[in-house]
Amino acid sequence: MFDITDQPLSLERLVSVVTRSSSGAVASFLGVVREQTRGRQVLYLEYEAYREMAIPKMREIADEIRRKWNVDEIAMVHRIGHLEIGEASVAIAVSAPHRHQALAACAYAIDRLKETVPIWKKEVWTDGEEWIGPAACEHQ
Amino acid sequence: MKVRVRCFAAAREIVGSGEFIVDLPEGSTLTQLFDQVQGQFPRLQGLAGSLLFSVNREYAPSDKRLSPDDEVALIPPVSGGADV
Repeated sequence: MFDITDQPLSLERLVSVVTRSSSGAVASFLGVVREQTRGRQVLYLEYEAYREMAIPKMREIADEIRRKWNVDEIAMVHRIGHLEIGEASVAIAVSAPHRHQALAACAYAIDRLKETVPIWKKEVWTDGEEWIGPAACEHQ
Repeated sequence: MKVRVRCFAAAREIVGSGEFIVDLPEGSTLTQLFDQVQGQFPRLQGLAGSLLFSVNREYAPSDKRLSPDDEVALIPPVSGGADV
């Protein structure tokens, strides 16, 4: 399951989506909006995605994971739109027969997502705002 | 030839629209497209050094030659995100 949504995220739903009878572990990651970033007070975030490219890029990350680790299923969902402090922006769940694969694959998934998936956030602070985007420099 | 350009985040705010059509000579590269677009929207120069491009939803180098009806996206970079 790979998706971009403007609805609140449910990690519980992702965990149930990826769990198979072969799974002995499900590792999950939830990214949440924090109130301070680089010393500035955040009011809220606005997320924007290039949806038609972002979802295929998520699938590519899942393919990379399957080449590296023995996993059962992978799910990644990113929220877009207006997010308040404490709300979840991204949820990832990876199931595997054994915990080490699940944990390593989940960590890899969020790192790669931030590098290659075209999703931007606008941080709106008490004293300004700035867009922050993906770090896809390896493709240059 | 006509190429569809999508813009996001800071680029979208500068352009004032999420997408537009650019008319280019056949065989133009991404660099040539960007020069033309930047002529129209000079404030894009502020992003120029770090802007990434995609062509038909794949990241592409700036010397890539474009074909009619390609979908190009201006992908503004990162200045952060690694600290989450």
